[in-house]
Amino acid sequence: MAAATLLGFDAVTCLRGGRILFEDLHLKVGAGDALIVSGPNGAGKSSLLRLAAGLLRPLRGTIDRPAPVALADEAPALDDRLTLRAALEFWARIDGADAGAGIDAMGLSPIAHVPVRLLSTGQRKRATLARVIAGGAALWLFDEPANGLDGDGLDRLAAAIARHRSAGGALIAASHQTLPVEAADSLTLGSA
Amino acid sequence: MKRLIWRELRLAGGSGQALLPLVFFLLIAALFPFAIGPDRPLLERTGGGILWVAALLAALLPVERLVEPDRASGMLDQLAVRGISEEAIALAKLIAHWLSFAPPLMIAAIPAAALLKLPGEYLQRLEVGLLVGTPGLAALTIIIAALTAGLRSTGALAGLLMVPLAVPILIFGAAATASSGPDPMALKLLAAISLFLVALAPFAAGAAIRVART
Repeated sequence: MAAATLLGFDAVTCLRGGRILFEDLHLKVGAGDALIVSGPNGAGKSSLLRLAAGLLRPLRGTIDRPAPVALADEAPALDDRLTLRAALEFWARIDGADAGAGIDAMGLSPIAHVPVRLLSTGQRKRATLARVIAGGAALWLFDEPANGLDGDGLDRLAAAIARHRSAGGALIAASHQTLPVEAADSLTLGSA
Repeated sequence: MKRLIWRELRLAGGSGQALLPLVFFLLIAALFPFAIGPDRPLLERTGGGILWVAALLAALLPVERLVEPDRASGMLDQLAVRGISEEAIALAKLIAHWLSFAPPLMIAAIPAAALLKLPGEYLQRLEVGLLVGTPGLAALTIIIAALTAGLRSTGALAGLLMVPLAVPILIFGAAATASSGPDPMALKLLAAISLFLVALAPFAAGAAIRVART
């Protein structure tokens, strides 16, 4: 692969709660790549993403993370009492980005003035994804991105991912659903 | 950093809970003379200590909403992904917590002192003592909030953890404002404890936040 590496796992072993989730994992994600991680519940999909984001330390092995990453997991990390736009702008300012790009990409402008606490599950998921889309990080880490999304939401997510990859970004998504991502590599955890 | 402090202040102020420690503080000052009777010398002798106990409890009141909501909502994770250290987060929380409770408390100390019939120069010593001691109380609250984040029924546990650790502040704070006259030694010791806790808090709370993640 000629493209620049955005994330490299070298012989990574992950231990959580006294249990080894996966051992000796090698992984390389370059610009334009997409990797779909699948596996049964508790196989270590989310842990793999948290390792990639630097929130967990591997028991053994090294993780190379040369580019900025953005993580969208089940927690939206948006202030409940702020309006959706203000909550997204908090992160956009830290990222030095424009929150509007994410709001438009996920079709959130009609509800941008609604306080975050009033949003539905699907709307929260869209907002979480909008935060990552606006952030401008090269590597996106999605944990169950399709959960709670409707057909329109999935189409918008697919479009955003396609744009991101053609612009040299990459994606790792953990999901047990079929994701609308073309030409993706796949990794199955917990199959042994 | 400024953005983090500003966010914390907005959260504290917007929820209307910022007033709660204040009301609590005044309530204790108002109830105390009813409980022990309007005996002026007795009130003068015990008033400072009572106000210090009230200040300690007022600092502890918001302990549940300082760190835990941010852990549960993924806020702490998202800040860490962006390379902002846990120590910086804890420091921002410490500064914002102090700003949100100490200056209002020092203003509330004026009517509180009046309620306890404390003389003017006594009030002056109390204000200096509060200025020196409250950063230590804020630091202690942040450490406890970070340590108990993610646990259940943190309120009672936080009280149990905090009270013994706050005893030195209480002893020297009350001594520095005692009715017997100014005690510069007690004030210096109070400042020393307060400084030590403020210096320790970002690292202790930061480490606690990191450990809670695994």
